Amino acid sequence: MSPALIQCRDLTRVYKMGDNEVHALRGVSTRIAKGDYVAIMGPSGSGKSTFMNMIGALDRPTSGTLEIDGERLDSMKPDELAAFRGRRVGFVFQQFNLLPRTTATQNAALPLLYGGVPGQERARRAEARLQQVGLGERMDHHPAQLSGGQQQRVAIARALVNDPAILLADEPTGALDSQTSEEILQIFDQLNRDGMTIILVTHEAEVAEHAKRQIVFRDGEIVEDRT
Amino acid sequence: MNLLSAIRVALISLRVNALRTVLAMLGVIIGVAAVIVMVSVTAGAKQAVEEQIASFGANLLIIRPGSSAFRGRRGGAGTATFMNDADVNAIADEIDGVAAVSGEMSGNATFVVDGVNWTTRIQGVHAAYFETRDWFVESGREFYPEEVQSGARVTMIGQTLARELFGASDPIGQTIRVGSTPMEIIGVMTLKGQSSWGQDQDDVAFAPITTVRDRILGYDLGVRDPVFTIYAETNSGENPDNVTADIEDLMRVRRNIQPGADDDFTVRNLGEFIRARNETENQLGVLLAAAAAISLLVGGIGIMNIMLVSVTERTREIGLRLAVGAKRADIRNQFLIESVTLCFTGGLIGMGIGVLGAIYIASLGEFPVQIQPTIALIAIGSSAFVGVFFGFYPAHRASRLDPIEALRFE
Repeated sequence: MSPALIQCRDLTRVYKMGDNEVHALRGVSTRIAKGDYVAIMGPSGSGKSTFMNMIGALDRPTSGTLEIDGERLDSMKPDELAAFRGRRVGFVFQQFNLLPRTTATQNAALPLLYGGVPGQERARRAEARLQQVGLGERMDHHPAQLSGGQQQRVAIARALVNDPAILLADEPTGALDSQTSEEILQIFDQLNRDGMTIILVTHEAEVAEHAKRQIVFRDGEIVEDRT
Repeated sequence: MNLLSAIRVALISLRVNALRTVLAMLGVIIGVAAVIVMVSVTAGAKQAVEEQIASFGANLLIIRPGSSAFRGRRGGAGTATFMNDADVNAIADEIDGVAAVSGEMSGNATFVVDGVNWTTRIQGVHAAYFETRDWFVESGREFYPEEVQSGARVTMIGQTLARELFGASDPIGQTIRVGSTPMEIIGVMTLKGQSSWGQDQDDVAFAPITTVRDRILGYDLGVRDPVFTIYAETNSGENPDNVTADIEDLMRVRRNIQPGADDDFTVRNLGEFIRARNETENQLGVLLAAAAAISLLVGGIGIMNIMLVSVTERTREIGLRLAVGAKRADIRNQFLIESVTLCFTGGLIGMGIGVLGAIYIASLGEFPVQIQPTIALIAIGSSAFVGVFFGFYPAHRASRLDPIEALRFE
């Protein structure tokens, strides 16, 4: 078995909604190996998004430990989490979340802006990633001039530009037609073959089929974990 | 994230909502324009005062016989015993810190040249007078102290007199009859212009005090070598109040005033007097400053409002930036720079309008106006301050957003 890239033990996350406490995660323990391709599944409210936010360093657990690539995330301060995200995590969202009125290259280069990479180097690396996802011809286009699939490719280039340890994709095909979805998933498959660790949140079984491992959440716990 | 790319991001987002941007800037534009007008008018008023003071001679003390103001029982100025040349010499010899001192005695006389006549004031003074007033000849020469002693029949004329009696021809070396005394014109004074009371200061002639006293006015004032007024110029490093006190002490001794008795003379610092007289004009400046401050405040609130709207509208963008590694300070700085850019642009426009306004006010001629290069600094400074001060809260709020909530925001 390859060494664990992500290791979490007894992760809980409790939200306070007025007087009520919502237990989004109730003691989740798991390991994800380097180079793995994991689909996180489950109905809404199952805790899959919370788990995803946790390993994306967007949120901190209420209790439990979380270690990614040798770094403990559960005790980090907000700015340390931000730096970690910028360095180690690439995000792909359902709604793409590209900045309007900004070229594909500038969008893809955004994480480097906060990583202190000089301007020419930023453009060079962003362009290389756009080539990789097959958008070499449209680097000067604004999001409004791109199709949904093309926009998602820009988002993938943006997620890769920092050479992250994990690629986190939250319903990446949720806003795309099936043809385009398949193209995007093929990009993920290829990235995984090249060694990238990918974690994919989805509720579609066909999408989950692309992954090597499926983890199913229900009521804040892992109820199924198959490879 | 470096400053340049932050400014570029700010400019892009400001350009997107051009109309809204302009409306948001309006308050700052008006505020900065008001500040510029205020500063120009205040500076103009101050400069006018300083020019008045300079036109009398800087650091000038004026000593006159008569009671101090508001001590009604005694007679008004001029009713007490006249001072004389001996007083002038005593001040010159015994008071430290006096650079020049001169007596003055004046009256009206008719000046006649080739049948043309002109009646105006002739001032008899000592040779040091011109230094006390910072007023010298433009052509020719001033008279010498020896000419004062000998009562020489020489005169220097002001430019109005020169124009009225000689037109374009050179008056120097010509003879002029003053009353019945023929005198040689040895100099023409520089142009002095109007006094603050609207008097033509160039309509005058100067001659040695001895000549004026004995040959032209011929008053019998019951004092030997009388003078109406003594002008003393203090050294520029000297505190005029100290010199004033020294002269008062000296004059009390010379005029035999018993301890406890009131002075029968006054020593006045003309600069102080003019400044005090213009105190009321300064209140206009205070009023303008208050109006400018209020417009800037209102402008700042407008900026804060628009920045809060901008933060809300761009919540998802903030979420994304946080997700890809932006620290809180990065987000805060981005919005601060945006707010400063907004205010700064408004400040520049406001400066343009303010300068036009100041030029307009100057053209009305009611107020003296001075447009100084420093107003650029004021415009930049005040608009940047408004940008930082009123932009901070929205920027801080943006930086405190939770990335998950922000990304989910619709």
